Amino acid sequence: MSAADVRVPLAAPPMTRRRRWQAAWRRPETRWAYLFLLPWILGFLVFTAGPMLASLVLSFTDYDVINPATYVGGENYQRMVEDPEVRTALFNTVLYTVIHVPLSIAIALALAVLLNQIGGRFAGFFRTVFYLPAMTPTVAVGVLFLLLLNGQNGLVNALLRLFGINGPAWTTDPDWVRWGIIIMSLWTIGGTIVILFAALKNVPNDLYEAARIDGAGAWRQFREVTVPMISGSLFFVTIVNTIASLQMFTEVYTMFYGNAQSELQASDSALFYVIYLFQQGFQFLEMGYASALAWGLFAIVLIVTLVQVKLGDRFVYYEGDDR
Amino acid sequence: MTQMVHVEPAQEQSGGQRQRPPSGTSPARRVVRTGFIVTAVAIVAVTFTYPLLWLISASLKPRYQIFDNVLVPREVQPENYSGLLDTVPFLTWFGNSMVVGVMAALTVTLSSAMVAFGFAYFRFPGRNVLFLLVLGTMMLPAAVTMIPTFLIWQEFGLSQTQVPLWAHNVFASAFYVFLMRQFFLSLPRDTFEAARVDGCGYFGLFWRIAMPLCRPALIVVFIFEFRASWTDLIRPLIYLQDEALYTLPRGLKAVLDAFGQGGEQRWEIVMAASVLATIPLIILFFCAQRYFVEGIATQGRKG
Repeated sequence: MSAADVRVPLAAPPMTRRRRWQAAWRRPETRWAYLFLLPWILGFLVFTAGPMLASLVLSFTDYDVINPATYVGGENYQRMVEDPEVRTALFNTVLYTVIHVPLSIAIALALAVLLNQIGGRFAGFFRTVFYLPAMTPTVAVGVLFLLLLNGQNGLVNALLRLFGINGPAWTTDPDWVRWGIIIMSLWTIGGTIVILFAALKNVPNDLYEAARIDGAGAWRQFREVTVPMISGSLFFVTIVNTIASLQMFTEVYTMFYGNAQSELQASDSALFYVIYLFQQGFQFLEMGYASALAWGLFAIVLIVTLVQVKLGDRFVYYEGDDR
Repeated sequence: MTQMVHVEPAQEQSGGQRQRPPSGTSPARRVVRTGFIVTAVAIVAVTFTYPLLWLISASLKPRYQIFDNVLVPREVQPENYSGLLDTVPFLTWFGNSMVVGVMAALTVTLSSAMVAFGFAYFRFPGRNVLFLLVLGTMMLPAAVTMIPTFLIWQEFGLSQTQVPLWAHNVFASAFYVFLMRQFFLSLPRDTFEAARVDGCGYFGLFWRIAMPLCRPALIVVFIFEFRASWTDLIRPLIYLQDEALYTLPRGLKAVLDAFGQGGEQRWEIVMAASVLATIPLIILFFCAQRYFVEGIATQGRKG
């Protein structure tokens, strides 16, 4: 009788999911695992989840740090929609992203393909050279390009003059400031080149052999072997560069903000979204409004990333094995 | 006849030897092709390097020659550098950047390694959900949490110090956790099991076995974060008002505003400051080039 009593619970639902879950929690291994994870969990609560909630709450208030916050409902969001500066900042940021991301990846890919054709020591040397600009501190990049893009005696226009072109005032003419920023952004694509070059080196050579036997020319080999085989890396650099571009701050702030004269010159054509957010939050102490702007940015980044991931699923080719 | 006989084996040979994809037919054509590509790449490489050389050259020129766009200065004026050091506390900024950079890199390396080990070694309830959360925070724009984070530091009375520039790194960083986890996962599990049998505790597994084996990854994380800290402008802009606490990017921005655009037009000082801010990173890059390249390449492969 008592023997049967003991057997019943063991035999009936041997280990429900729930029980296994509870048992797993009691294992010392689990406690150790969470001990190792503790720094991240704490950090997530204090510096990510907490602040996100806080900024959501703040975005419905009027808060200037000195006086206590007052609830204003959706006023900040309404203001955001009506604010012409937000529209300008959004336009500049999106335009920059839409041009910079494809252009930088195309150039980086072209250079990576050429490096791969060269191969050997030479390729390693050139890779180093291409990466070097990416090691320049971002503020120094801004300073440097302020001079290189100078309308009268900058190096860029000196180069254009060699071809008989009279270059524009990249740093002061509102119509050209955006393009100057894009030129600057192309100087620091070394990271993308390194990633794509590494991916290209991993493409097995027999695939090219097979394609050649089937009579595929250089372009078709590129389209039908190279691109699918490195699509994972292409996808990665697209996502990462897009997120970074939407948050462009340092170079542009260095060049055009922080002192009255340059701000006047660049007018609104160098106003990027994060710069505007920074100004509202830390210069005008409009913390409530800036928080609403922050959530706007979060929504944009989230939507753009999700769309890219969805599209990526269709184009990215993953090899069967886990590489 | 003889020609035909010659052509056949030559083609076969080149086809067999060829390791790279070029589609040239004869070795001679391939040499020409490669030469052509090398030349094209070299031209681009010059365009990439020229601005840096221009910067160094300009920093050594007298003020009125900076814009002459001559690469070798007609007159070398190293006094620009002493002029810079005399006018602004540049060495203090340099030291500040060093301290902040090392603190940021050290804390993030240790904490991220610890968290990464937790994800890589243990099997525990909630692991997948938490790891997805880690990946999710990688996409989160820093600007979203910028304001509340400032308010937190202000609450602690630390908003006018250098602490906010690095202290969040004590709590690990998603991107590095991801990177290091890959390295830990690549270690053979037998190594750990053997150590367990020998009576090694879990912390010992991490500290005495996983960490030494992952030194390359630790170096990658350290130098990446050091560089990130060395170039960060937005945090110093938010937190540092006192000039004596400035890090280099903030100092360089101040130099630009005071002596460059809209300022006294002493560009030679701005140039010297830019060069001095850049050199440490270039040195770091040449010392640890292998790790930089490896680290960046790994990112892409696991995307």
